[in-house]
Amino acid sequence: MPKKMARSRPLFDRQILGRALTDALRKLNPLSLFRNPVIFVVEIGAVLTTLLLARDLAISAPGAGFALQINLWLWFTVLFANSAEALAEARGKAQADSLRKTRTDSIAKRLAGGRVERVPSSQLRAGDLVLVEAGDLIPGDGEVVDGIATVDESVITGESAPVIRESGGDRSAVTGGTKVLSDWIRVRIVSNPGETFLDRMIALVEGARRQKTPNEIALNILIAGLTAIFLLAVATLAPFAEYSIAAAGAGSVPSTTVLVALLVCLIPTTIGGLLSAIGIAGMDRVMQHNVLAMSGKAVEAAGDVNSLLLDKTGTITMGDRQAVEFLPVAGVSERDLADAAQLSSLADETPEGRSVVVLAKQKYNLRGREVGEHNAVFIPFSAYSRMSGVDLDGRRLRKGASDAIGAFVRERGGRIPQEFAEISERISRGGGTPLAVADGGKVLGFIHLKDIVKGGMPQRIGHLRKMGIRTVMITGDNPLTAAAIAIEAGVDDFLAQATPRDKLDYIRREQAEGRLVAMTGDGTNDAPALAQADVGLAMNTGTMAAKEAGNMVDLDSNPTKLIEVVAIGKQLLITRGALTTFSIANDVAKYFAIIPAMFMTAYPVLGKLNVMGLATPQSAVLSAVIFNALIIVALVPLALRGVRYRPSAAAPLLRRNLLVYGLGGLVVPFPGIWAIDRLLVLMGLV
Amino acid sequence: MRQQLIPALRMTLVLTVATGLVYPALVTGLAQILFRDQANGSLIRKNGRAVGSSLIGQQFTRPEYFHPRPSAAGRGYDPLASGGSNLGPTSSRLTVRVRESVRRYRAENPQFSGDVPPDAVLASASGLDPHITPANAEAQAPRVAKARGVEPDRIRALIHRHLEGRDLGLLGEPRINVLVLNLALDETVGSR
Amino acid sequence: MTETGFLQIAVYFLAILLVTRPLGAFLAYVFAGRRTFLHPLLRPVERLIYRLSGIREDAEQRWTGYAGALLAFSLFSFLVLYLLQRLQGWFPFNPQAFGAGNVTPDLAFNTAVSFMTNTDWQAYSGEATLSYFVQMAGLTVQNFASAAAGMAVAIALIRGFACERAGAIGNFWVDLTRATVYVLLPISLVAALFLCSQGVIQNWLPYAQVQTLEGGTQIIPQGPVASQEAIKELGTNGGGFFNANSAHPYENPTPLTNFVEMLLIFMIPAGLTYTFGKMVGDTRQGWAIFAAMSILFLPGAFTAYISEQSGNPILAASGVQQSPSNLHPGGNMEGKEVRFGIAASALFATITTGASCGAVNSMHDSYTPIGGLVPIFNMLTNEVIFGGAGAGLYGMLLFAILAVFIAGLMVGRTPEYIGKKIEGKEVKMAMLALIATAASVLLFTGASGVLDLAEGSYINPPGPATGNLNNQGPHGLSEILYAYASGTGNNGSAFAGLNANTPWYNLTIGLAMLIGRFFIIVPLLAAAGSLAGKRRLPASSGTLPTHGPLFVTLLAGTVVIVGALAFFPALSLGPIVEHFLMHEMRVF
Repeated sequence: MPKKMARSRPLFDRQILGRALTDALRKLNPLSLFRNPVIFVVEIGAVLTTLLLARDLAISAPGAGFALQINLWLWFTVLFANSAEALAEARGKAQADSLRKTRTDSIAKRLAGGRVERVPSSQLRAGDLVLVEAGDLIPGDGEVVDGIATVDESVITGESAPVIRESGGDRSAVTGGTKVLSDWIRVRIVSNPGETFLDRMIALVEGARRQKTPNEIALNILIAGLTAIFLLAVATLAPFAEYSIAAAGAGSVPSTTVLVALLVCLIPTTIGGLLSAIGIAGMDRVMQHNVLAMSGKAVEAAGDVNSLLLDKTGTITMGDRQAVEFLPVAGVSERDLADAAQLSSLADETPEGRSVVVLAKQKYNLRGREVGEHNAVFIPFSAYSRMSGVDLDGRRLRKGASDAIGAFVRERGGRIPQEFAEISERISRGGGTPLAVADGGKVLGFIHLKDIVKGGMPQRIGHLRKMGIRTVMITGDNPLTAAAIAIEAGVDDFLAQATPRDKLDYIRREQAEGRLVAMTGDGTNDAPALAQADVGLAMNTGTMAAKEAGNMVDLDSNPTKLIEVVAIGKQLLITRGALTTFSIANDVAKYFAIIPAMFMTAYPVLGKLNVMGLATPQSAVLSAVIFNALIIVALVPLALRGVRYRPSAAAPLLRRNLLVYGLGGLVVPFPGIWAIDRLLVLMGLV
Repeated sequence: MRQQLIPALRMTLVLTVATGLVYPALVTGLAQILFRDQANGSLIRKNGRAVGSSLIGQQFTRPEYFHPRPSAAGRGYDPLASGGSNLGPTSSRLTVRVRESVRRYRAENPQFSGDVPPDAVLASASGLDPHITPANAEAQAPRVAKARGVEPDRIRALIHRHLEGRDLGLLGEPRINVLVLNLALDETVGSR
Repeated sequence: MTETGFLQIAVYFLAILLVTRPLGAFLAYVFAGRRTFLHPLLRPVERLIYRLSGIREDAEQRWTGYAGALLAFSLFSFLVLYLLQRLQGWFPFNPQAFGAGNVTPDLAFNTAVSFMTNTDWQAYSGEATLSYFVQMAGLTVQNFASAAAGMAVAIALIRGFACERAGAIGNFWVDLTRATVYVLLPISLVAALFLCSQGVIQNWLPYAQVQTLEGGTQIIPQGPVASQEAIKELGTNGGGFFNANSAHPYENPTPLTNFVEMLLIFMIPAGLTYTFGKMVGDTRQGWAIFAAMSILFLPGAFTAYISEQSGNPILAASGVQQSPSNLHPGGNMEGKEVRFGIAASALFATITTGASCGAVNSMHDSYTPIGGLVPIFNMLTNEVIFGGAGAGLYGMLLFAILAVFIAGLMVGRTPEYIGKKIEGKEVKMAMLALIATAASVLLFTGASGVLDLAEGSYINPPGPATGNLNNQGPHGLSEILYAYASGTGNNGSAFAGLNANTPWYNLTIGLAMLIGRFFIIVPLLAAAGSLAGKRRLPASSGTLPTHGPLFVTLLAGTVVIVGALAFFPALSLGPIVEHFLMHEMRVF
């Protein structure tokens, strides 16, 4: 496992906490708080009650102790809400700092007119050519145009093993701030200063350019609307009270402080205070999986995905085909075939070749021999001959594609046995790759190479299906092979012999039917599809074009990560919904605490609504306000960590969450407010 | 919206003719043919003169008649001012009125004891309620019998004959039409 | 509590259940322009109306055009009705010679708004104010038109869900005409004749004068009642021909007519739930809405019934029987008719306020506090417990949008309802409607609670706005709250003790009715337009199912918590505290 760039930090470490608290104070500035209407209303209420308190103190009116306590708790409410957001941001900022440390201004060797000039990297512009040699820091994001080098990208990925970067193909992208370890490359810079990948990463984790996601905006409208409604309810309580007092001939109009307290209790402060923290924490969680999301919207979209396009190779299967079986033609023993296959593969360092050696050893206890003394000549694989093998002791052992071997055998006057084609076909139909083996003019048989579906993959795909997500396997294999693997992996659909164009068309088709599509990709030719997909997870090893096109980059370059990203997206939405429900459900209990308290003097009979048996009207109001403030703090860990999420269908998920957060939200405040009331009485605060 | 104004005006006028004139005229025509008596108010005639409607309650205060419910319609059973008292459950005016009614009811019906039937002292919704409950009628029977000088059982038998059960055996409440019962009293029992 | 009482409620509910599907399917056919069994007879009428009005049947409207047409139509409806009232002396069918003097400008405004908005709040007494001509050509027309317009809006909103990436949501004129011609007129005609057969009057005679048995005279109003009565219930209008409304024996002579009138009130709102399911291609969705409405309706009906049947301890202490026997219904009979008794009255009250009808067969003002709380609660939920013709469905869909939005998040997806994503625009429109209606109820009630004018002032001759009350104490607050809840909810029933025929109440309740009508309709049409333009997403196992008991519970819970929570303080100072006080025998 690679070392995570953003190790999962404990939720509250001291440094972050300290930073969050100062930020929380800074956020009291009404100009910034204005963006959060719910908490803004609380702040106005707090200011108002502070002024009233000052007036009361000035004229030494009675009851200032109660007003003071209410006032303090109102300010705490604002601070708690601010700290939640600040805490989430501080975690991002801490990461940004550690990234920023790596961004040193290096000296670049700019190539201009065949000369090398040394300029500070900050002066490089897109289109400049630079030379980077062993030991140099790559001065900016770019494409390798010439050369090959090993590069240490641990700054970005946390992965200490160096990677190869070379011109052409899909491994040509380099990132500014990474270091060339050996050899040299010429790089065309693709980004201006301040716009590099690293810069963007820092900006992202810092949340500097954080924009509200569509869903967040909608939720904000909902809670702002509820705030407006409760504002009306509380504001009109004064005339209702006035009428009631005249009608009852007793009592006094509730003080403004108490009305503000009721308002703050009723408006959805819990979700209002935690909403942005939830969003930031969601991004943070994605980051902890070493995935860089370019926007919160992308993470949200991941939760909505209906179809997941997964590359077969490396995602669904191990990536390398393995030899699983030797299938001799008539008249050849399996052992002889295994022996020949092993000999032909001894010098073959590809995973496939190694798997042949291993299989022969496992099955027939054939040891890898030292072949040097046999005067062996190894024939490497070439695109022209499409076979590889070895010549030793006069034997010409070859393995390769059926038609290539067929031609080789015929050339040597050999005969192709009739079952040759039949075996080849059988292996293909089973999803494997037939690799024919021949000894000169004699066909020996086939090695059955097979894609191995990763352990646990069918289960994960099953989970996805439960979540309502279709999985589609993308492969370059022929339809026969693809179908066999698709069945084995349990995917819902597959796209065989897929060209980049096919991928793009498939995505468009899915989208036309109203589905949201997620995919992974790394090559330049994946870029259009990555851009078209609603969630495009680019591999960090991929080309710059691919990284630009997608809206997420996986720094570990592990395509399976897409599944985790989807889960995080869902968890983000669930957390928002759960806390909104909880927040609204809480109001019922608060009414029962405050309404009887407010009108005890006019209508003592309303005491029957005091179902919690709160001690005095003052303790009732105070307990409700304190509960309201503390619940924000209590739910911060939940907001940052996200609610528990296990893949399942929507109905059971809703049932569970409604039970926990809906019913829980209805019930929990009753004992909570009651306990605070007892405590206040014990402490003599009321 | 401007180009909508002309169709809006025309549509308003067309619908006014269709639903405001043609439809009521159609209903009136058919009703006058099919249900002439009901459509014209279910009036009861005695000796060619309308004495009331079987659906509209009227005031009775004399002891030989069954008395209807208290009425809040005008000065009592005024069809030009239909309506209830609209006094709420905690209205002191309601309490005072009800206590007074209870007192008077007991005084008028001395043979009756116990709590009075609710309809006897509580005003109806329309102020024109033509009915009373069987309990109320039973309670008044001795008084009416005495005033008319007949056996209470004869009166009770008449009540029983005029008892209307629940519609379809389920809907509403058993009831007695006061005007119809009093007319029957005049016809069959006669006054003293 | 009697078995017959509960049975009446149960049988009524069963009857509504039975009528929902056939009527709903019929409505779906009508609004899709498909042939029904009425076509041979009525299609020519429909075409005639288009020709006379200059409407092109096949022209589709975007939401703005649809809303513009509705607003223009409402404007003319208002103007025509206002002028008819003020000029009633010029028109025929006026045997009692009512004139402009009977209808002040503020009353005419209030009444015109009231009938145009399907509220049918009446600050006047029909038999003493309006000519037969105004009752027919003014009020009856609006009974049809406002109901048809409400149905049209509901259908437009359904189209928003049902269609796939469309710009248009139908044609208002066509929907309006079809609702009137194929649905409202035929059913009203049949119902009116049935009501006539039971004793509801239908004539143009002058008021009858009779000699009573005791020698007094009684003047009995006449008029074309049955034709208005039928559409009054069917179109969930509720404006009575007479002041006593459906308690009047000429409007509602027998328990059977009472049952039929209750059926008429709920049949279109209930049927539309099925229409919804049918039009969106999944009838389970419609039944889910029906079920949510039902679980809000039935507890209300039983609560009102039980409370009224339990009676008033103050009355019991005064020597009035409160427990039922075979010979009388017992309970709180103040303001109730003997023929209906307790159950049929409490049921009617729950239905008429659930359905934004506002017809009454008993006087709600005299209900026990909890019995009166049920109607107020029903109206405060924005009239979605079956609700008005059309208005109930679109109001409930508004709550469905909010419920789906909150709950949808809890399953980890951007919420979808009927395959349409619920996003900022829809939430904004739903919240706008909720805020506007809450503001209307709360601000006007609050203002009336403290408005203090000099006695004899033009605005409110009694002086303070509380001077118009018929009851003191918490019940007085309930009277005011009821008035604005009724106006805003476009219900029209009243705690009728309140003397609302003063410029202050006429104008503010008039405004409340306008807010309650158009601040829901226009935002919802906007939402319909936005929804119509969206793609309908296929459902998967990850989609929130909106047809099961879970969603039904959630929807009902959203109506109660989001819809009514803001009114809890007002309710606790009105009916709730009155309930406790009544049990302490406190009077005001």
